[in-house]
Amino acid sequence: MLIAIAVLFVLLRLLPGDPANALVSVGADAAQIEAARRQVGSDLPLAEQFVRFVAALARFDLGASFVSGVPVIEEIGRRLTVTLPLTLLAFVSAIALALPLGILAAVKRRRWYGGLISIASQLGIAVPVFWIGILLVTLFAVQLRLVPSSGFPARGWLDPLAALRQLALPVLTIALVMAASLIRYVRSASLDVIGSDYLRTARALGSGYREALVRHGIRNGAVPVISILGIELASTLLGAVVVERVFALPGLGSMLLIGIEQRDYPNVQGVLFISTLIVLLVGFAADIAQRLVDPRLRDHAIGGRT
Amino acid sequence: MFAFVGGARRSLSASLMLAAATLALIGAAPAWASEAAVAIGSLYEPQNLDNTAGAGQGINEAFNGNVYEALFRLNDDGSVSPSLVKDYKVSDDGLTYTFTLQPGVAFHSGKPLTAADVKWSIEHVTSADSKSSRKNSLKPIAAIETPDDATVVVKLSSRSISLPYNLSYVWVINDQATDLQSHEDGTGPYALDSWQRGSALALKRFDKYWGAKPENDGVVYKYFSEATALNNALLTGAVDVITSVQSPDSLAQFKDNADFTVAEGKSTTKLILAYNDRVAPFDNIKVRKALARAVDKAKLLSAVWGDYGTLIGSFVPPTDPWYVDLTKVDGYDPASAKALLKEAGYPDGFSFTLDTPNYDPHPLAAQFLQSELAKVGVKVKINVITPNEWYTKIYKAHDFQATLQEHVNHRDIVFYGNPDFYWGYNNPKVVDLIKQSEAAASVDEQTAKLKEANIQIAEDAASNWLYLYPQIVVSKASVSGYPVNGLNSQFFAFGIKKSAD
Repeated sequence: MLIAIAVLFVLLRLLPGDPANALVSVGADAAQIEAARRQVGSDLPLAEQFVRFVAALARFDLGASFVSGVPVIEEIGRRLTVTLPLTLLAFVSAIALALPLGILAAVKRRRWYGGLISIASQLGIAVPVFWIGILLVTLFAVQLRLVPSSGFPARGWLDPLAALRQLALPVLTIALVMAASLIRYVRSASLDVIGSDYLRTARALGSGYREALVRHGIRNGAVPVISILGIELASTLLGAVVVERVFALPGLGSMLLIGIEQRDYPNVQGVLFISTLIVLLVGFAADIAQRLVDPRLRDHAIGGRT
Repeated sequence: MFAFVGGARRSLSASLMLAAATLALIGAAPAWASEAAVAIGSLYEPQNLDNTAGAGQGINEAFNGNVYEALFRLNDDGSVSPSLVKDYKVSDDGLTYTFTLQPGVAFHSGKPLTAADVKWSIEHVTSADSKSSRKNSLKPIAAIETPDDATVVVKLSSRSISLPYNLSYVWVINDQATDLQSHEDGTGPYALDSWQRGSALALKRFDKYWGAKPENDGVVYKYFSEATALNNALLTGAVDVITSVQSPDSLAQFKDNADFTVAEGKSTTKLILAYNDRVAPFDNIKVRKALARAVDKAKLLSAVWGDYGTLIGSFVPPTDPWYVDLTKVDGYDPASAKALLKEAGYPDGFSFTLDTPNYDPHPLAAQFLQSELAKVGVKVKINVITPNEWYTKIYKAHDFQATLQEHVNHRDIVFYGNPDFYWGYNNPKVVDLIKQSEAAASVDEQTAKLKEANIQIAEDAASNWLYLYPQIVVSKASVSGYPVNGLNSQFFAFGIKKSAD
């Protein structure tokens, strides 16, 4: 985590430009520019800027935006109310899509629709997410007028139905892309299970194919899929950056993009810090979930301790 | 399997809980239904609400004349008229301005407007930590006196014929107001209702407004980061009007559609190829003139904007009073461009680096220039940079050979009177003319001086002025009464009428 913070800090400073530039405009004189640099602290030596940044971070103080003056943590909190529901809804929808389709593609891999699912998922992986977003907008918003094309209701979640309508297309966009790559993993995990000895044994012991698959197969197949899910959830959070831009959503991603354009270091550092934290937590949660599903991993951990 | 489905359920209920928590977090619903307001779509979200602290052009668009008023108003046609000033007198030597304020004006907080507020507001812009780009133009102000609540006396150290114009940028703010970056207290026809950062800013009609009542109950500025998303919003009815269309490709879908109105106004945004006039070879006037003649600007304009936009022969747009048609001074003539380069000592041309901002239309224009200048033997290396880098490298450090830039301001010929400006143009005659124009005793004299300066910068080919952008506003056909020129990014909302679709 500390390494991530240091790398982040240095990389940001390597970008040419100056955060003070966001505060002044064409017509400003040298004295005004210097005053702006003093205000944001970009006139200090890099080492001093870094020490100040880490010291503040240790108090969990992410500072305030150079440009708007709003505390970073407050702004992130507000924007998470868009990004978190977006990510989680997309994640749940992706799983809901990928699980049945992936298993179907494995079980019926010799039928035409099994193959079709595989081909569609390969296509989905190859297509950039913003393009899918634009296509969905053109189809569902501009042509069919079913849902709004972009934006978020002014009253946010106070207007839950409107908020959900606004999120429908962005959620679908992420869910489609995510499901496409998940289907592959689910399919290959299912294939492993189908070809496994224990399933054959279960069948030999008299269970039907369906019963054996549900009882023994899914639990076994879930283990590798869960670790992938952890990674996918983290990458969904990052993918939200692009999707939020296409759909003009006031989330974490748009905050990050504007922050980078304006060299608003506190905002950029804050967003990256919080998202790193979330990614780590998700990885940890995926680990725990794996242990819950698979007793062998649990025993392993206990065995190691005694 | 069960564990797995359980996991999915957990995250679903987590997201529901989160939604509930969010509801609690946002607090009470505003009483006024912003959904019924006129929705204005824009690409320029203000980053804070204070126009002296780097909020960007978006704040002028949303707040000038809507939320905040000034002593004078720059109207959409370019004229300047009294706003919070009822009457004013200028002493014979032009150094003392006595302003009488409109009676019965109240701030949104309820406090009545007094002379002390005006004094405080002007000093807010001229103060040491102000980042206003207008600070310099108010330098002649030596003292501000407030003999009574309704009178403001401004004393100048030198004549300033543009004082009323310059004061049109100075918002009159309640002198007790705090936290101007996220709150407001102005006198305008609208008060800030709510601001959702990253998406929308809602303005509600202020019932105690001293002037004419706005035509609508309120407006909502909705912000987009992408032109396509903005156009889709208008197509699907999520916004009623778009403040300025930035890409000509998208106009086709609105132009031949009876549901929409496309209005072309007059812009002050100029695309220029600015040389660093301090360094060789651009310190040579012949080289500058040669490059001006080598570029077919009509072709560039039609490549970028089709039938829209205007060619200009200098930095001054036709809406400024000192406009003269100078497009013939260095008209397109590649043969004479070659001859001039030979005279200047570059018979085989030369090469230079063109610092190009990374957003439209700069990259396209840079490529066009590259191919045009290659025809006269001049090689262009394109170096793409971000706006932030542009500011550090070019505006501050003057570390460049040539750059592309769009200049949006109205009446900004005065930049050529400042030898320290980034392009480093230094002709003492122009510096003098611009200084004299500000000290002029009458508007006619000011206009005459600036006309002369304008002709001189064109003769000197101080920069290469490529074209004037069009200013295009698109709305639903049922919406009318919006401003079309958008001078200085203003967008007056009070005249907008929305009839039932």
